[in-house]
Amino acid sequence: MNEPINRQIDRSQMTISDEVAIDIRNMNKWYGSFHVLRDIDLTVHRGERIVIAGPSGSGKSTLIRCINRLEEHQAGHIVVDGVELSSDIKNIDKVRSEVGMVFQHFNLFPHLTVLENCTLAPIWVRKVPRKQAEATAMRFLEKVKIPEQADKYPGQLSGGQQQRVAIARSLCMQPRIMLFDEPTSALDPEMIKEVLDTMIELAEEGMTMICVTHEMGFAQAVANRVIFMDQGQIVEQNNPTDFFNNPKSERTKLFLSQILGH
Amino acid sequence: MSDTHAQTVPFVRDTMLPAAPPPTRESGAVKWLRENLFSGAVNTVLTILGILIIWFLVATFWDWFAHSVWNASSLTECRQIIAATWGENARGACFAVIRERWNQYVFGFYPQTLYWRPTMAFGLLMVALAPVLFSASLIIRRVVLAITTLATLLCMMVLGAPVGWLVFAALVLAGGLLASERNIAWLLPFSLIYPLLGVWFLWGGSLWGPIFVLVGPLLGWLAWRLLAGISPLLATVGAILVTVLFWLLLAGDAAQSAQAVLPLSIEAVRSDRFGGFLLSITIGVAGIALSLPLGIVLALARRSDMFLIKSLAVIFIEFIRGVPLITLLFVASLLLNYFLPPGTSFDIILRVIIMVTLFAAAYMAEVIRGGLAALPKGQYEAADALGLDYWKAQRLIVLPQALKISIPGIVSTFIGMFKDTTLVTFVGLYDPLKSMSDAVRANIEWKGIYWEPFIFVGAIFFLICFGMSRYSMYLERRLQRDHR
Repeated sequence: MNEPINRQIDRSQMTISDEVAIDIRNMNKWYGSFHVLRDIDLTVHRGERIVIAGPSGSGKSTLIRCINRLEEHQAGHIVVDGVELSSDIKNIDKVRSEVGMVFQHFNLFPHLTVLENCTLAPIWVRKVPRKQAEATAMRFLEKVKIPEQADKYPGQLSGGQQQRVAIARSLCMQPRIMLFDEPTSALDPEMIKEVLDTMIELAEEGMTMICVTHEMGFAQAVANRVIFMDQGQIVEQNNPTDFFNNPKSERTKLFLSQILGH
Repeated sequence: MSDTHAQTVPFVRDTMLPAAPPPTRESGAVKWLRENLFSGAVNTVLTILGILIIWFLVATFWDWFAHSVWNASSLTECRQIIAATWGENARGACFAVIRERWNQYVFGFYPQTLYWRPTMAFGLLMVALAPVLFSASLIIRRVVLAITTLATLLCMMVLGAPVGWLVFAALVLAGGLLASERNIAWLLPFSLIYPLLGVWFLWGGSLWGPIFVLVGPLLGWLAWRLLAGISPLLATVGAILVTVLFWLLLAGDAAQSAQAVLPLSIEAVRSDRFGGFLLSITIGVAGIALSLPLGIVLALARRSDMFLIKSLAVIFIEFIRGVPLITLLFVASLLLNYFLPPGTSFDIILRVIIMVTLFAAAYMAEVIRGGLAALPKGQYEAADALGLDYWKAQRLIVLPQALKISIPGIVSTFIGMFKDTTLVTFVGLYDPLKSMSDAVRANIEWKGIYWEPFIFVGAIFFLICFGMSRYSMYLERRLQRDHR
């Protein structure tokens, strides 16, 4: 696929600190007896932008869904912002309010307006006064360039617009980490660019991001680390230049030749 | 055809075509008739057959309706009038029984001098319901509340309500109208205390009874506040325990002492005086109001991850659904007293309301579970990912959508339950359909009249149930959020 990224990326703001944002050690997960994630070790520093690629069924989505415990891991440790994820509900809620997530199918709340979608969590979880939450929401809706849709319902928007609302909704919680689970896979080609542009802007502001995506152009332009997964394990990770131009493992080469080769 | 071919000549459109209206060959009633009734030989035959059947039915019953008598004091007099007017062999309906026994059908054996009390209770019920049922549309609210105000005050005056209560009702109704114009949410506190007021208006007695019933949940809330810091589960259990214990042990004595110090009471009416539509509507409204929240709790419990809670919900729902309502009513009227501590006498209508509520709640739970299951998993995940806890996610995200999906099923359950209120005839209460009509026929004047009371009661039930059905359709349209 031809990549729609053609803008000049400003990397000046994209500094990476020594502070660890996410630390995953020896993490394993099973669905029944099926071993989905095997011995995952991954450390993400604040300000890092990581793209996870791999064939379908390789466990990429499951991995990032473990980070905010939409999925439970059965062995190993996941520490997010210094909080260890266990079955302790208080810790889980704390991590979830600090970690934003954008889904493949947007998952906007269809019974609420765009503005209400954005203010719901700040008002009910962060206890922000309504007026202030609305002001913040409008700021983020302007950032994703759809403030004029604030009073519409999600069902009245296009896919690309819905995904941008979903991004704004996550940002309204002022998260320190953003997870993207194939955010452009359900979109028409014409709408992919508007969503990727929004994500690039976020990256330029120094947001810590982990993106599961097949948009290799986005990976080249924005990521400072690309992780390739297959059969539930991390097969290769490298900076994008080396990853794309000089892949080490045979599996990675095959994968790249298949998705870039036409 | 020209010599050019699409395959050989490149084509570029330089002007876009404007949208055009559809062809106007056929339209209007003729087109509709042809498409829907006479589209083929079979359809034409069926249409003619249908018209013949309708004609036959109308022709059979028309005389009977057309010859109906509305003014007579007995069935014999009715027949004489019909014979005198339409000839010796004419048949005719005798709706005079409705006119003569109207009060009995509406109020049962409620004391005649107190008819204004149920009337007032019903009028104020509409005010209490306004913020729940008609919150969205100012015009609907205005019309409904204006009609309610006029009708309630007029009926109360005709029924001889004391001036003090007339003023009270007028003030509340005016308050409702004012709140409806300004901010309908102002009425919510009234909606919350209405159940106690309504019960007091209907059954009368000391006002201290309802007041101390209200004190129970207040104490429970206090207990919850005190314990919430320690553990939410403990707080919930504590609050329920405090409320129930207060009701069982203290409320009765407290109400009596308060009554002794400051008497505040109106004439009491016993439950066996209730009957007719007053009884049906009392049981129906209470059952509807109580079974929805209970059904929601049961549906959530049945989907819970906690084994014990889930099992209890499943057992409750399957048991109640597996047993006929009449069985439960018999349990309520005959057996319940054996299980209660000696000396406690439980009002029969209250017992019936509890059973009807449990019965409807079990069905409600399954209807709502269907709505919950229809929600995409992504909605739960999005709520989780934003950090909403279980109860907030249910209240703000899951239930509003699941209940909206379940509206047709929920209203169906309401309608079914309302019609089932006639089954209270089996435990000796005077439902309008069977017991009340039997009571009317027990009189020598109306002995032998069957069709007319059934048609009348059926028509009233139809009106109420059809109204609920239309309301549910209105609600569905109003809550529609896509493709606008």
